[in-house]
Amino acid sequence: MTSSTEWAVEADSLVKVFGSNRAVDGVDLRVATGTVYGVLGPNGAGKTTTINMLATLLRPDGGSARVFGHDVVRVPQVVRQLIGVTGQFASVDETLSATENLMIFGRLLGLSRADAKAKSTDLLERFGLAEAARRPLKNFSGGMRRRLDLAASLIAQPPLIFLDEPTTGLDPRTRGQMWDTVRELVATGSTVVLTTQYLDEADQLADRIAVIDRGKVVAEGTADELKSSVGTSSLILRLVDAADTADALRAIERVLGVTGTLSPEASRITAPMADADRVAELLITLRDEGIHLDEMSVQKPTLDEVFLTITGHDAADQVDTAQKEEVRA
Amino acid sequence: MSVIAATPIVPASERRLSNRTSLVQTLQNTLTMAYRGLVKIRRTPEQLVDVTVQPIIFTLMFAFLFGGAIAGNVQSYLPVLIPGILVQTVITTSVVTGTQLREDMDKGVFDRFRSLPIARIAPLSGALLADTVRYAIATTLTFVMGVVMGYHPAGGFWNVVLAGILVIACSWAISWIFAFFGVIARTAGSVQGISMLVLFPLTFFSNAFVDPSTMPDWLQWFVNINPVSHLVTAVREIANNGAITGDVWMSLLGAAVIVAVFAPLTVRAYMRKA
Repeated sequence: MTSSTEWAVEADSLVKVFGSNRAVDGVDLRVATGTVYGVLGPNGAGKTTTINMLATLLRPDGGSARVFGHDVVRVPQVVRQLIGVTGQFASVDETLSATENLMIFGRLLGLSRADAKAKSTDLLERFGLAEAARRPLKNFSGGMRRRLDLAASLIAQPPLIFLDEPTTGLDPRTRGQMWDTVRELVATGSTVVLTTQYLDEADQLADRIAVIDRGKVVAEGTADELKSSVGTSSLILRLVDAADTADALRAIERVLGVTGTLSPEASRITAPMADADRVAELLITLRDEGIHLDEMSVQKPTLDEVFLTITGHDAADQVDTAQKEEVRA
Repeated sequence: MSVIAATPIVPASERRLSNRTSLVQTLQNTLTMAYRGLVKIRRTPEQLVDVTVQPIIFTLMFAFLFGGAIAGNVQSYLPVLIPGILVQTVITTSVVTGTQLREDMDKGVFDRFRSLPIARIAPLSGALLADTVRYAIATTLTFVMGVVMGYHPAGGFWNVVLAGILVIACSWAISWIFAFFGVIARTAGSVQGISMLVLFPLTFFSNAFVDPSTMPDWLQWFVNINPVSHLVTAVREIANNGAITGDVWMSLLGAAVIVAVFAPLTVRAYMRKA
């Protein structure tokens, strides 16, 4: 195998400019075939624009990108035969029924009438939409639409699937189902590139993650690599008796040599854990002083903390750029 | 949402891929998109109001408004008016093609069409093809309305059908102009606005309602080169005399020129639009 076929996606310094806004400002990506790749970033970071360029929906203003070795600008029609795209907003026909939607997409993809029919029945069943198959989409819930949308992307069984914020706005149960679906897709050999602003989603699904901020990739790696780049884990203690809090904090300072912090609810103490060896000593000290623990755990840094550390700002404070991108869309 | 496709995905390297879209595929894609347009019309029959009400009201209105003044009485005005009003009504209807295309394109489903390996022109050509059904309804109703009011097309039934087909074909060609506005405009309302600016001079500065010999010279010059005039004359000759004149070929030539210019323009604008 040559290097160009091992990569499902190769992007080199992709650029897209909208007016004075450099929405995507030199993004490099390498997505290995058969993996889930998470593109993580706040609203307006340039995730959707990047996906749209890779999916041939937008022409890059600079840089280049290849899908399974095929250039997205030079041979877009080849790339389109290899991808399925599920956008942020359900791209299905409101006035038609679920079956009619899938039938039309199937026919457009070159299936015979009978094959298109069989395929849509099959997909609707798998996505739990068989009962609603004949109803117009106007009465569909957000989750149902999203599922139909994903089903439509799978008709041609493309080897690469782009999911743009697949779970934004879904309730926790439907989100869990979507995650299962993504895992099943990968089990059959698909490659999945998904964007998300939910850090736990990237953590749950993605083999590798690129953190995008203001049109640039600011960090890349596995979830664990990103977390460890931020630093130490934390020790979390919950006391049986809140009256012992002051004593416990003093013990932590004495034994671990660090300052513990009290969580907002005042029921938990969090302390940086630079040296795991000394935790045992701390626990013995606490027992000797008669301070009883309700719960004790060790927490790795969350991706929220990763994001804060890498970008220097919260995942939520990019509303201005976000609105700019929405105007474009 | 249980087990997805048990069949494994065919790897990219083992697929046969082509960057070209064949003519056969283009036609198939267009027909599928036209089918989509027809299903939409069936689902929202209220969008047929314009093609059902307008032929009835316009025919009545113009016949009684101008009949006496222009031809002495309504009866003898009908052979002149019906072909004229037919062409005017159906072309007006083709403006709606542009506005509906704009509304349609604002929906997410067009993003999916653009990401599919289909002929780029298909979402447009399919929509325009489906709309010939609307023109057929307007054509039928106008002729029926004329007959109800006492119009006897001397060319006979089949010549009337032939004239109807000619009008539908030319309107399909003209609808590419409005489809172009539909693609470049920002809102459906502005499509309507720009299209009316084209539509009114084109249909009224013609021989559709009156004999151009009373008009000033400069206007006669425009009326005589206006393809709509040729179309109206062609329809009159076919429906009233059963004669296929040079105006038929002039109309078809005009239609072909419009498609040759506006179809590529429209597809290019559509491709550039995000």
